[in-house]
Amino acid sequence: MCDQTFLVNVFGSCDKCFKQRALRPVFKKSQQLSYCSTCAEIGKLERERPKLPDVELHQVAERVEALGQFVMKTRRTLKGHGNKVLCMDWCKDKRRIVSSSQDGKVIVWDSFTTNKEHAVTMPCTWVMACAYAPSGCAIACGGLDNKCSVYPLTFDKNENMAAKKKSVAMHTNYLSACSFTNSDMQILTASGDGTCALWDVESGQLLQSFHGHGADVLCLDLAPSETGNTFVSGGCDKKAMVWDMRSGQCVQAFETHESDINSVRYYPSGDAFASGSDDATCRLYDLRADREVAIYSKESIIFGASSVDFSLSGRLLFAGYNDYTINVWDVLKGARVSILFGHENRVSTLRVSPDGTAFCSGSWDHTLRVWA
Amino acid sequence: MAAGGRARAQRPNLDKMERMVVSMQDPDEGVKMRSQRLLITVIPHAVAGGDVVQWLTQKFRVSEDEALHLGALLVRHGYLYPLRDPRSLALRPDETPYRFQTPYFWASTVWPASELDYAIYLAKRSIQRRGALLDHEKGCAPRIWQEHYDQLQWKISHAWDLVVTQAREQLRAMKQRRRGDRLVITCQEQAYWLVNRPPPGVPNVLEQGPERGSCAASRLQTCKSLDFYKWEIEYARKALGRNRLKSSVCLEAYLKFSSQRGPHDPILSGCLPSNPWVTDDDTYWAVNAPTAATPTRLRVERWGFSFQELLEDPVGRAHFMDFLEKEFSAENLSFWEACEQLRYGGQAQVPALVDAVYQQFLAPGAARWVNIDSRTMERTLAGLCRPHRYVLDDAQLHIYMLMKKDSYPRFLKSDMYKGLLTEATVPVETKRRVFPFMRKPRHCSPSPALPTAGPGGGGED
Repeated sequence: MCDQTFLVNVFGSCDKCFKQRALRPVFKKSQQLSYCSTCAEIGKLERERPKLPDVELHQVAERVEALGQFVMKTRRTLKGHGNKVLCMDWCKDKRRIVSSSQDGKVIVWDSFTTNKEHAVTMPCTWVMACAYAPSGCAIACGGLDNKCSVYPLTFDKNENMAAKKKSVAMHTNYLSACSFTNSDMQILTASGDGTCALWDVESGQLLQSFHGHGADVLCLDLAPSETGNTFVSGGCDKKAMVWDMRSGQCVQAFETHESDINSVRYYPSGDAFASGSDDATCRLYDLRADREVAIYSKESIIFGASSVDFSLSGRLLFAGYNDYTINVWDVLKGARVSILFGHENRVSTLRVSPDGTAFCSGSWDHTLRVWA
Repeated sequence: MAAGGRARAQRPNLDKMERMVVSMQDPDEGVKMRSQRLLITVIPHAVAGGDVVQWLTQKFRVSEDEALHLGALLVRHGYLYPLRDPRSLALRPDETPYRFQTPYFWASTVWPASELDYAIYLAKRSIQRRGALLDHEKGCAPRIWQEHYDQLQWKISHAWDLVVTQAREQLRAMKQRRRGDRLVITCQEQAYWLVNRPPPGVPNVLEQGPERGSCAASRLQTCKSLDFYKWEIEYARKALGRNRLKSSVCLEAYLKFSSQRGPHDPILSGCLPSNPWVTDDDTYWAVNAPTAATPTRLRVERWGFSFQELLEDPVGRAHFMDFLEKEFSAENLSFWEACEQLRYGGQAQVPALVDAVYQQFLAPGAARWVNIDSRTMERTLAGLCRPHRYVLDDAQLHIYMLMKKDSYPRFLKSDMYKGLLTEATVPVETKRRVFPFMRKPRHCSPSPALPTAGPGGGGED
């Protein structure tokens, strides 16, 4: 007869918030109290939360050897753009790059020999985004025209590159960043209209759109993870958001910067990412711990970081700043390793080559420099 | 004004520069001030360029190069101006006298500078020099500046009388001031206009690029609809449920990753035979080509770091395929590759690809049937009715994990892998050239976009 279970709900005033709710017993220092379910959950969170950030990066990094003397010089200077260089990207063959500038010119260089191989003039100015396809057979670019266009690269003298242009993405505001996914057939874009979008190149169809930023999205980076399903974006709302490409949902968001986030880049293992912002700091966010773990800043650096990238092992963080310099940070110890002078105007873009032998920086002084 | 407000927020560096300049003028802790003699007048509160650099070096504990660079930026933004040669905004680390710009003329307060003000300024100079503009205002291309002046005259011709009258008034008011004050005010104005109307060839430091955070922000923020709050609740619920790791675990992972990859990082540890950018010798790329016959030792070692590294390297993947064939489970890798093709392929090919994969790998009695657990198989087969590019994700993940946990560790322990390690080459370091100024010719390489072997010029991912 008595093998039925009953649920008893005791109603009364919660011992913490004093509201009239259904109560459950909570034990605090062997004293029984009655909390409503909300207060019980919050109490549990407050107890668990301090256990997680149990150590800081610089403490852990004390065991690591300091880096030696660091010498990097400009090995190549690529001159040819007639106006500010805004963006660049490496080809998978480790020597070719594509760069875009304010006057609408997009140039493909073999940066080892400094020869220009292709040049296209876009019908708009301020081409703020450009990307090289993984196969090396096409480039994508866009800017104030609110579109992302894909140009197949051809060596045929009779063909005009602009003739084969394919308009892929359509946004309602300027295009700030674009990137191919693992193949030539999909493109991920970020725009000043506050959204990111995934497009099919062949048909121009919108596959997925990502809403959530409260202001312009300025940068994005694809995760190098095994399952290859996420990417991070940073925007003018000071937030960096991690998205699931399949569902279009935001998975995690980080809001500790004090100004626009100009650039985001994943750590090579895919478990963290770095961001560079107008508040003159670069920060490292860990995805598994779900928090910011390091800030790279110095009192003497007062101009914003426009572009960041990691070296192959993730030990070094290269950051290009609006004060015309490039600072090299030791990711683990948090200290600056070196400062590189050379550009005569702000550094707008910086990428490490695919095999990590060098990095290239583009600047508003119309040149690109390869450093090694 | 909204636009002005947004532009102000876009430049936190101006705030920081202003704070720096204010602390430089602190009577106790600031830069040493002195009175500067210029011809017959004495100007108070001047600083020497060298002292500015010294102060910056000490305050921020940086090298002299960096202090000089920072000081030069302060001058270029008009927060300091040179007394003797006000035409060029450059910082000289010697006895050259500078003064701090008055806050009235700071880049953040009086902005944007209007055409009318500029016209009045040019008119004043023109009257002072009796009709002829100064050389630098004419600039390197005198025609351009005269054109500019004429353009202004044409643009504001309706107000030109006002311009000339204002100019005359200001000059008359100036005459009543002391010679020292006159000199200082002239320098201040000149520096201000050099920043706001840079001569041709000098980059405009106040330029910002395309405007950010325009109407999108205000529109998105005011639209706090039901959907927005539903999204917030869903996000918060997922955030509560997410498993967070302890920081110590995550940070240890970075240490391990960096120490493991350190020797493989060319910038940190150099590369053999040599870094192509440094020595102009591209042997390193030839030796490490994606389809090299004999991979280097470092490369083979990397295959042991993670399954992802092995699969990303075409040579590694090929060897792994050989290994799987010996174990009669090569269809797993082929299935995974086919799924990758589906996920990253063109939208139009999705139905055909899904069908091909089903026929080859999933149909009962298929030629290369893959062994998936029954629940995943059921779910996948059900999803095949409405094929989309992610329909095979579950099955792909299952097979990937199977290979990663089972075949991959066996591969690393196998004789085949051990043999690859011993056979792997270690390139010899290039001897330093005896005559470094004899540059090696830089070889061109064929562009991947050239239509060479194979369709599509290499469509592999």
